[in-house]
Amino acid sequence: MENSDSEIIIQITNMHKWFGDFHVLKDINLAVHKGERIVVCGPSGSGKSTMIRCINRLEEHERGRIVVDDIEITNDMKNIDQIRAEVGMVFQQFNLFPHMTILENLTLGPKWVQKHSANESEDLAMKYLKRVRIVEQAHKYPGQLSGGQQQRAAIARSLCMHPKVLLFDEPTSALDPEMVKEVLDVMISLAEEGMTMIVVTHEMGFAKQVADRVIFMDEGQIIEENIPHIFFNDPHHERTRLFLKQILP
Amino acid sequence: MINNEVTDIIGPPVMKNGWGAWINRNLFSSWFNTVLTAICLYTLWLIVPPLIKWFFINAHWNIPAEECRLGDGACWSFIVHNFRFILFGFYPFEHHWRPALAILLFGIITLVSINKNWWNRKLMYLWLVTFLGMAILMKGGIAGLTPVTADRWGGLPLTLILSVTGILFAYPAGILLALGRCSKMVGIRAICVGYIELIRGVPLISLLFMASVMFPLFLPDGVVINKLLRAQIAIILFAAAYLAETVRGGLQTIPKGQYEAASALGLSYFQQMRLIILPQALKTVIPSTVNIFISTFKDTSLVVIVALFDLLATTKASLANPEWLGFSREGYIFVAVIYFTFCFSMSRFSINIEKELNRGY
Ligand SMILES: Nc1ncnc2c1ncn2[C@@H]1O[C@H](COP(=O)(O)OP(=O)(O)OP(=O)(O)O)[C@@H](O)[C@H]1O
Ligand SMILES: [Mg+2]
Repeated sequence: MENSDSEIIIQITNMHKWFGDFHVLKDINLAVHKGERIVVCGPSGSGKSTMIRCINRLEEHERGRIVVDDIEITNDMKNIDQIRAEVGMVFQQFNLFPHMTILENLTLGPKWVQKHSANESEDLAMKYLKRVRIVEQAHKYPGQLSGGQQQRAAIARSLCMHPKVLLFDEPTSALDPEMVKEVLDVMISLAEEGMTMIVVTHEMGFAKQVADRVIFMDEGQIIEENIPHIFFNDPHHERTRLFLKQILP
Repeated sequence: MINNEVTDIIGPPVMKNGWGAWINRNLFSSWFNTVLTAICLYTLWLIVPPLIKWFFINAHWNIPAEECRLGDGACWSFIVHNFRFILFGFYPFEHHWRPALAILLFGIITLVSINKNWWNRKLMYLWLVTFLGMAILMKGGIAGLTPVTADRWGGLPLTLILSVTGILFAYPAGILLALGRCSKMVGIRAICVGYIELIRGVPLISLLFMASVMFPLFLPDGVVINKLLRAQIAIILFAAAYLAETVRGGLQTIPKGQYEAASALGLSYFQQMRLIILPQALKTVIPSTVNIFISTFKDTSLVVIVALFDLLATTKASLANPEWLGFSREGYIFVAVIYFTFCFSMSRFSINIEKELNRGY
């Protein structure tokens, strides 16, 4: 793998998680290097969302270690705040704040978390709105935008925090087909700029085009992990093969 | 040309406008509706003319009580002769302008606050200054105003003080209780649930009794808090519990994704609540919140049981005056109109705020 000797930014070792009695993540091991693009796929309920949500402590892991940029995730709120400042997340349902304009959505983090001035925050927000090509929507409310525009705004909102890692949880699954491309285009351009990304998605075209590694999960385990070329053309595991057969035309 | 014809044919259905069409559509659209309309008209015919006669045509406006009793219309003279006691209670007669001015100030600042564009820090200071001014006017003791102790306050100012102060303190308290009730910390949650259920389990009237009988027991010897303050505290405690449940209802309407997105941005718990969750939650429950404000306003009439003379009590006292015995209809209609004016304004005010907040999304 091309990045294997560069710095590791996320290191997950022997991580387990339970929901009550349900063992949802089993012995997860994963190292992500700076600038690496990772695509995670797998059947519904396999634990993909749960795994990436552990990385910014939206879910709590019960065993093992997660280290992000040399900070271990523990119950210490200070560590968690620090990690959340470095890890951005984009959700399937966008989760913009409906009572604020797009601009206010974007300036929220810079203003309240990073304590930038109102002007600085606004400049930053406008810069990233340009970056995702929706400057003209700045003063509208999320409800007035199309799904694709909302998701791009949500990406811009994460970018305003200058994250070192971006997590995507099925960013295009809630979109009408004609809007998928505009969001994927933004993600591709981010990847080209060297953003470290972990993307849960079933957009295999995206995986082939930008992923450095594709990870296949099933029943709470990482079953297979490979570069796209091998993953799609010659997967090692039977289960991966079955899954690919189901989702690829 | 063909196009023109087509648009002619499929143009919007023509709605007849004007009174005639409206009446036809809504009152006489079927034989059943026609019968209903006829019954209603007949009932109105039976009720309205006598009422108008009593209220206005045969009414007396300014004659002594004995003459008033002879007539068969309303005796508004009762109001004309007693309204100052009804409105201001035992507040010294020559100083009535002070509570009147206080109420006027309150009305003005409320009107100013209707416009959302003016909601800023300055307006908040203006409110504080207004409250300070109202307190000085009522209490006196400085600026050359004769001191008037709280036990002489009564009538409308008392009702307003109890309800407005009650709401102002109960609302934030209710929000904190609601947040506590939804908290992950078991201890805090238990305290909040316990408090809310306890208060909701007793009627306000018993809280008021307890406030007047039991508070003094908890206080060290020699410390007395006046009965106005005691009643005020009871009202705050009571309204807070109900508001807490309403706010909790609002909190439950906020999707989990909002919390998650706010956490992912790195906002602290209090920032999340203040910036993301509460603005949305409180807005969705404005109608039921105002409901509680309105009942708080009306419930203040219960303070009469701890010997405070609110608006309703001053009215009753005037009616008990031997000279004016027998005019309870006029008296109660008068207070009802006052209560209605305030409650109706509150409801209009809240509708207005909702509209302001709904702009955009
Ligand atoms: N808060 C929760 N409490 C209990 N069980 C949960 C919770 N969240 C998720 N689960 C369960 O954990 C399993 C993994 O969920 P997860 O959302 O991580 O799956 P996923 O791989 O993202 O699936 P999908 O493709 O449908 O999004 C599922 O069986 C789900 O029902
Ligand atoms: Mg998922």
